[in-house]
Amino acid sequence: MTLHEMTIAEAGGRLRAGEVSSSDLLEATLDRASRTEAQLHAYLTIDRERARGAARQADAELEDGLDRGPLHGIPVALKDNMCTRGVETTASSQILAGYIPPYDATVTRKLKEAGAVIVGKTNLDEFAMGSSTENSAYGASYNPWDISRIPGGSSGGSAAAVAVGSAFAALGSDTGGSIRQPASLTGVVGLKPTYGTVSRYGLIAFASSLDQIGPLSRSVEDAAFTLEAIWGHDPMDATSYAGEYPNLSAALNSGVSGLKVGVVRELAGEGYEPAVESAVSVMVDKLSDAGAAVVEVSLPTFDIALSAYYLIAPAEASANLARFDGVRYGHRGEGTTTESLMARTRAEGFGPEVTRRVLLGTYALSAGYYDAFYGQAQKVRSAIQEDFARAYGIVDVLVSPTSPTVAFEAGARVDDPLAMYLSDICTIPSNLAGHPAISIPIGLDHQNLPIGFQVMAPALGETVMFQVAAAVESLAGFADRPILEELAS
Amino acid sequence: MGTAPGLCTRLQGIYQISTQVGLAYTPAAMPIDIDIAHVARLARLDLTAEELEGYKAQLGVILDHAAQVQSLEGGPREESAHPLGIVNAFRQDERRPSLDRDEVLSQAPETENGYFVVPPAMEAE
Amino acid sequence: MTWETVVGIEVHVELSTKSKMFCGCAVEFGARPNTNICPVCLGLPGALPVPNRKAIEWIMAIGLAFNCEVSERSVFHRKNYFYADLPKGYQISQFDIPVCHDGYLDVTVDGETRRIGIERAHMEEDTGKSTHVGDGGRIHTAESTLLDFNRSGVPLVEVVSRPDIRSAAEARAYAQDLRAVVAELGVSDARLEEGSIRFDANVSIRPEGAETLGTKVEVKNMNSFRSLERAVEYEIERQISVVEAGGELTQETRHWDEEAGVTHSMRTKEGSSDYRYFTEPDLAPMAMSASWVDEVKVGLPELPAERKARYSNEGLDSDLAGVLSGSPAEIRDIYEVATAEGADRRRAANWLTGEVTAWLRRTETHPTKLSLDGPQLAELVRIVGEGLVSSSAAKEVLEGVLLGEGSPRAVAKARDLVQISDTSALEKIVAVVLADNPEAVDSYAAGEQKVVGFLVGQVMKASQGKADPKLANQLLRQKLSS
Repeated sequence: MTLHEMTIAEAGGRLRAGEVSSSDLLEATLDRASRTEAQLHAYLTIDRERARGAARQADAELEDGLDRGPLHGIPVALKDNMCTRGVETTASSQILAGYIPPYDATVTRKLKEAGAVIVGKTNLDEFAMGSSTENSAYGASYNPWDISRIPGGSSGGSAAAVAVGSAFAALGSDTGGSIRQPASLTGVVGLKPTYGTVSRYGLIAFASSLDQIGPLSRSVEDAAFTLEAIWGHDPMDATSYAGEYPNLSAALNSGVSGLKVGVVRELAGEGYEPAVESAVSVMVDKLSDAGAAVVEVSLPTFDIALSAYYLIAPAEASANLARFDGVRYGHRGEGTTTESLMARTRAEGFGPEVTRRVLLGTYALSAGYYDAFYGQAQKVRSAIQEDFARAYGIVDVLVSPTSPTVAFEAGARVDDPLAMYLSDICTIPSNLAGHPAISIPIGLDHQNLPIGFQVMAPALGETVMFQVAAAVESLAGFADRPILEELAS
Repeated sequence: MGTAPGLCTRLQGIYQISTQVGLAYTPAAMPIDIDIAHVARLARLDLTAEELEGYKAQLGVILDHAAQVQSLEGGPREESAHPLGIVNAFRQDERRPSLDRDEVLSQAPETENGYFVVPPAMEAE
Repeated sequence: MTWETVVGIEVHVELSTKSKMFCGCAVEFGARPNTNICPVCLGLPGALPVPNRKAIEWIMAIGLAFNCEVSERSVFHRKNYFYADLPKGYQISQFDIPVCHDGYLDVTVDGETRRIGIERAHMEEDTGKSTHVGDGGRIHTAESTLLDFNRSGVPLVEVVSRPDIRSAAEARAYAQDLRAVVAELGVSDARLEEGSIRFDANVSIRPEGAETLGTKVEVKNMNSFRSLERAVEYEIERQISVVEAGGELTQETRHWDEEAGVTHSMRTKEGSSDYRYFTEPDLAPMAMSASWVDEVKVGLPELPAERKARYSNEGLDSDLAGVLSGSPAEIRDIYEVATAEGADRRRAANWLTGEVTAWLRRTETHPTKLSLDGPQLAELVRIVGEGLVSSSAAKEVLEGVLLGEGSPRAVAKARDLVQISDTSALEKIVAVVLADNPEAVDSYAAGEQKVVGFLVGQVMKASQGKADPKLANQLLRQKLSS
């Protein structure tokens, strides 16, 4: 096995055995990137010099006997909506072209403290708004399994990098499925933890009540390592959880015997590809064979979750993106008055999807429409939380496909916003509830495109979620890696 | 979405969680009118008439779908809160170091003597 | 037609916490521009607010001081609008569940006390500061705007009155009393000239006796209590003349021009005031438990209204109690100590609110620099009562004490102001005066009692003002009748 195909656990083992150095891991990663980036465009920025410095430091520390844990010396990537002091951070928007943050996001700091080597910043849909990574002002990313297809989004760059081996793991952000859906479409593990467990400080906000940072990785165990490095209470985030955190390592080898698994009736049927449904169905049967009690659960409010999401998220976004006004940083348009300058700056700086959502959110909050749209959407959100609570009174976890389809062709949905939004139909309910959910690759369809399986759990239910995820991973035995013709570096 | 045929062959039970989504709801019950120029002005987006028309049509389609939120049945609900019920997340009244002014101003489009600069709020008379 | 004035006042109070509302930057007036800024108060991408607990306690204190209810649960909202000095494009404020609501402040004008309702006190953050440069620095003719974000995120409490105010003078009294209470609480510098307390007035008129409210005009930019009163007065007159000329008022914001003494319409464009409030998703709700409210209540200082009531109960008349309760803390402390030492309350209060206050003003001395203390005031009151110095000489004694010449007794002696109240010494002077004024003695014998007054005057003159006039009177009558 080549270095870039290893999991963090495997690479870490070799690192501690003295067989490889962090610098070796980094060079293998950079080399893989230089051979694949022209086709995938997973990264917006690769900071070779900083990364090399960090790898050397990681090696020196290990030599001195300082071991910072599983991520020590491991090359990882950050989605470009997380601030990195001194390194350009754009959220894939023209409005932040050239922006250098004067501070690190909490996750950036925590990764550094965990000894991880940050390779660079990955591509995303502008401000994380999208499901294909085509809405990037700096060009789309592509799927390593088929470069005519999209890698999903909005964390498509992170997913593609982890899938192809130009990072061992990456962080993404998930507002309506932006970690899980690209993980599903690229054959990697991706999870969104319980809202409030990973600090959002330094994450360029899309929808504050829904955004949550999480890992993308090549194994469930690696996801646990990465999550444990980045989560924890942060006094800089007033929505951060200050209580006790779930234990993950204990969960990984416990099996599913005696657990009750609920299959969500609403997340199937019309609009779902047969290959996806059949792979999910096979996995549900395997779980049953492994000793889980499987039941079907109907949560009718899931049918209107997408509608609620497409009011709440744009409404919050319309306010979160108001700070991009050309006054203090970023792009500035021409204007003879403050107002005309701001309006020009924003019209020039935002791409069409961002403009669309800002308009949508502004409308949903405006006088006369608030009650019918935003206010009502909040009630639906409460109803979904209540329904989840009732379901978790019956089952330990809920399962579904992560995405109704496999990776679609680039350009297929760019002109049909609603069709694009439907990509997130399975992932959105967990965001609205603030619950954790994970996508695990379980196989390929007839075109060799990956299919993901979603496991949802109640708030702070990461232990049982990982327990089931590890079982799914082992039952699926999914070990395929994309066959991408490397270009000369 | 309908019921999945054969999503699992070994179901040990079927549970109906709620019946709060009304079948009586028809999307046409609420006509959606959008003063797109007004919305664009509120959002400080200087768009052309053609762009405005395009967005108006797209918003119409999305809102028509989004209006399904009105099909929720049942009594009044609290606005949803933090899933972990966090309250009173405060900090103590303590100072922390501020940023270096030069580092901050280096990112600004226009500055003067330590100030950020913008054109006047209104057109000069 | 007779018009009734209806005024409501919105007061913005900047709290003087150490750090800002949602970040650790210093709250500091007059710092170099853009030095107290961080990702949070500058609205950098990714930054998040975390509320200052002290600010929440201080708004509770303000609410309690104005007899408000403290909400059990309160939430922050985003108020969305674009302005160059508003970094995030929204202000974190409160909408339907403010921290405090339903209080009042009693205001007295020309001896009439009226209760002004306070609708709410809510927590928000201040904006940055815009300086319009170019032709005269006026907003209408500026060529560019300089932005300083040091003030951005400073905790701001907005106190909103009900439209219960009925005159410009009442508006001024309300503002002054409110400022005094806030200053007393020690939660704000409360300086109008530095903008740490700011007043906006909502002014309307309606026919006397009408129930509904007229068209409301918001008047801004008043930098002193006097300009608040003038602005409200002007605006009332303007509105009456518009309506009486058959015109119609528009709901708008008007700017007070101090020099010209008029209000100007601010050109706001139509539809710009849709603030699209929604719950701030970056902040958790606040829960103000009864025990927390009690804790804040216990820590409150005695407020002017309570103090005035106490002074009245202790025997001061209402006016004197009012003036003293509004006096600086140093003055009130002297009063407390002097009366504890047994000084007559009314006399002590009169000295302090009269001579002492006048002297401070005349010499432009700050009350903290006073060399008079409580025991000295008690001594001054006592020696006047004992007749050691005359009331008129006592003023001179006080001046000596204020100039640091020593205790009242020492000053009286040093300045030779002690009254002659020794009978034998005074008898000699009386004898001389009687001998020098035989016609007066004759007049008295003929029944003209009032000539005694003249003779007392002569004794005072002969004693160079040091004779005790009471004793002189008594001795004269004795001699004349004998």
